[in-house]
Amino acid sequence: MQPVIPINKSTQGCSNSPVLSEKGQREVFCGLTGIIWLHRKIQDAFFLVVGSRTCAHLVQSAAGVMIFAEPRFGTAIIDERDLAGLSDANDELDRVVSELLARRPDIKLLFLVGSCPSEVIKLDLSRAAERLSRTYVQRARVLNYSGSGIETTFTQGEDACLASLLPTLPQRQSPNRQLLIVGTLADVVEDQLGALLHKMGIDDFDFFPPRRSSKLPAVGANSVYLLAQPFLSDTARGLDALGLQRLDAPFPLGEEGTTAWLQAAATAFGVDAARFAEVTAAPRQRAQATLARHRAKLAGKKVFFFPDSQLEIPLARFLHRELDMDLVEVGTPYLHRQLMAAELALLPEGTRLSEGQSLELQLDRCHADQPDLVVCGLGLANPLEAQGFTTKWSIELVFTPIQGYEQAGDLAALFSRPLLRKQKIAA
Amino acid sequence: MQLTLWTYEGPPHVGAMRIATAMTDVHYVLHAPQGDTYADLLFTMIERLPRRPPVTYTTFQARDLGGDTAQLFKDAVAASYERFQPAAMLVGSSCTAELIQDDPGGLAAALQLPIPVVPLELPAYQRKENWGASETFYQLARRLVVPKAAAADDSPRKPRCNILGPTALGFRHRDDVREITRLLNDMGVEVAVVAPLNASVQDVRQLAQADFNVVLYPEIASTTAQWLQRQFQMPFTKTVPMGVGATRAFVAEVAALAGVEVPAQLEEHLHAEWYARSVDSTYLTGKRVYLFGDATHVVAAARIAHDEMGFEVVGLGTYSREFARELREAGKLYGVEPLITDDYLQVEEQIRALQPELILGTQMERHIAKRLGLPCAVISAPVHVQDFPARYAPQMGFEGANVLFDTWVHPLMMGLEEHLLGMFREDFEFHEGAAPSHLGSTRPAASLQIAAEEAAPAATLATTAEASTPAAVTSTQWSSEAEKELGKIPFFVRGKARRNTERFALEQGVATITVETLYDAKAHFSR
Repeated sequence: MQPVIPINKSTQGCSNSPVLSEKGQREVFCGLTGIIWLHRKIQDAFFLVVGSRTCAHLVQSAAGVMIFAEPRFGTAIIDERDLAGLSDANDELDRVVSELLARRPDIKLLFLVGSCPSEVIKLDLSRAAERLSRTYVQRARVLNYSGSGIETTFTQGEDACLASLLPTLPQRQSPNRQLLIVGTLADVVEDQLGALLHKMGIDDFDFFPPRRSSKLPAVGANSVYLLAQPFLSDTARGLDALGLQRLDAPFPLGEEGTTAWLQAAATAFGVDAARFAEVTAAPRQRAQATLARHRAKLAGKKVFFFPDSQLEIPLARFLHRELDMDLVEVGTPYLHRQLMAAELALLPEGTRLSEGQSLELQLDRCHADQPDLVVCGLGLANPLEAQGFTTKWSIELVFTPIQGYEQAGDLAALFSRPLLRKQKIAA
Repeated sequence: MQLTLWTYEGPPHVGAMRIATAMTDVHYVLHAPQGDTYADLLFTMIERLPRRPPVTYTTFQARDLGGDTAQLFKDAVAASYERFQPAAMLVGSSCTAELIQDDPGGLAAALQLPIPVVPLELPAYQRKENWGASETFYQLARRLVVPKAAAADDSPRKPRCNILGPTALGFRHRDDVREITRLLNDMGVEVAVVAPLNASVQDVRQLAQADFNVVLYPEIASTTAQWLQRQFQMPFTKTVPMGVGATRAFVAEVAALAGVEVPAQLEEHLHAEWYARSVDSTYLTGKRVYLFGDATHVVAAARIAHDEMGFEVVGLGTYSREFARELREAGKLYGVEPLITDDYLQVEEQIRALQPELILGTQMERHIAKRLGLPCAVISAPVHVQDFPARYAPQMGFEGANVLFDTWVHPLMMGLEEHLLGMFREDFEFHEGAAPSHLGSTRPAASLQIAAEEAAPAATLATTAEASTPAAVTSTQWSSEAEKELGKIPFFVRGKARRNTERFALEQGVATITVETLYDAKAHFSR
């Protein structure tokens, strides 16, 4: 089997490439949408949006068919009376929270999630959270973060949520080195990655966020952290401030990304090369074998990314290096150069990178480029299909387990399926 | 503040989007923060529109708030006009922009565009989606409609009407329009303009040229119809033609307004009336039904349930506060107090208390019904993608009556099936807890699981004997970790994963299936 894939398919990658930075209409979700997967992860948390009917409608539309007996998210809808005076709004919020906690005795962590309306009227949710935390001190912890569209784009909602949890992490006194893996991953992915770490002899690690709010990982000066998701810049800054050291790595997408990501942990914990190779050999081979099948369908195809989740750059790297796709434009809502450094170095030189969006101009470029596959949101997908493009709707990439070796083939399949489908039903 | 878990209606600017998207040459510029574009996917996904809604958002962000959001708005209006060349524009604010108090109307007017620009005042903290749609249609009509022209010649012509109310994202609006247009044509009445669905600005200008208006959806069109009556003396229909009786009443109403005779052949494809009289329907008598939805659909459905199906109406309600009076009147007919609420928990509570045998409602009631194990059919928005069907499925007119009969009876046990249940009460396949064979959600837990694992319709017939076979015939064993790992795979593909892994293990001569084997097999079979 092939050893490590050579890092230099291109020489310098995109480390210093200019980025097309645009302002204009943005066809993106706001950070409230993060609630949809965060509430599935933290099983005893409730997300209370303080906002308008629009916010409630958005969360409901994004949640789609997930109508639960008792959903663990809701909206305190601001009405006219609340707009009349601020003190009133705080009393109202206290009433809604007491109503909610009485209804849901199982809730141990309550997030007050800020929205555009609550921020524009300057409702101070951090003070409200402090006040309510004191009121319900034995009962539930109350935190706040902003998921508003004016502050956050889509997955940045998770960043804001995790950052709000940082001050509540317990102190750790142990002299041993500890690894913190940061970013929501599907349970199955966590288990697989955890098993690989154990096999390498790394046993002291925690996932953040945890599955229950009572299981928050303790961190200390001996902790290092590895980001599992690319959109966690505020969380990373907060962890740095707590004295944790960040391990620089590409993100665990594809065989190569997962290997490099695990390697960063292995290096930090002094796992020897032979052990690392032994542990990763079989799953790497499996991943490569599944990818080879998709490569036959995807190689040489041109792909265009509209901005959505900040996963675009790692995904483009995966599609280019492991499936031989050509990158036409890689759009991202926000580009954090430091966190993305390892990824940018792996992108082919000259890739057109864009940050932000001016929708109509970007659609013009897409039309001019005539890509074989367009990765975009659901608002654009069917209209582009109707114009003859093949699309992959991007939100699925956030909900589906895609990280790690065993999911590499599934990830590739998400991109090859629309092309295969077009071929099949055109015949 | 109001604690809301699910909401029946969106904010009013979504109503305005429904009008703009329905029309062919109108563009809407919405002053709104980043994220409000979520509403686009209601149209592109739920209604499966092959085009983007004609809406431009200013998508301001926090950093813009310190600066000039008003300029941002003006730029967006100018750029949208330039790019899309619409025949008219709508401008307005979403909930957040309402708070920052830029004046969309004034700002757009300052640009002096050579087309009508209609400013919308949609109070987002007071009103909701249907009101927003109604107000938008009304403002457009007020701005555009021109007075009736004097007839150029007095040669006799057919009576002419408009159809008012159908929009984008309307429950079965597409097919209702087709059905009612055909009905009117069969009566010798010409349809001049349908609006707003597929109407152009020019069409709306011409609204007053017809003789009268047909109001299909009062929630959307009654404000406009009343204004047209005041302004241009155009009468409008008061009966919504849903159900056999209501359609006949509608036909009589139209015949009177148009001065035509009712032709004999109108009902040649009506089957629902006979079906309801056929002996198999005897079992429907007195079934206890609960209704919830928008006021128009609930009032019409209650009449059908009571007069045409022989059900007992045990409760009804609506989320349309604007139409509470209409619903109270309907409640009196059936001796029930209507529930006027937009809190789905209250609806659930009432359904739980009343224990009806059939629920007719919205998407939310469908889920409530599923939880309570009760039969349910959808009669009103909000609805999911499956209720924008590819097939012809009107709710109105005589074909609509046929569709309603099938849709409502389907989730109930048909007479013959109920008879069999009575006869074979003790039989293992027909015990008391057995639900109709087509009612998947209330199948007994064991067969439900099997069915889910097999993910095939045929699996609903699986008996317990079949269920225990797969593991027994193989000579491979599952290690406990592998078994646990298998449990993490989503239930609907787990059965396939189990079979593939066992087949793989047999082929490879693996005696004990480990986690490694599981993933080896996955890699082997993945395509």
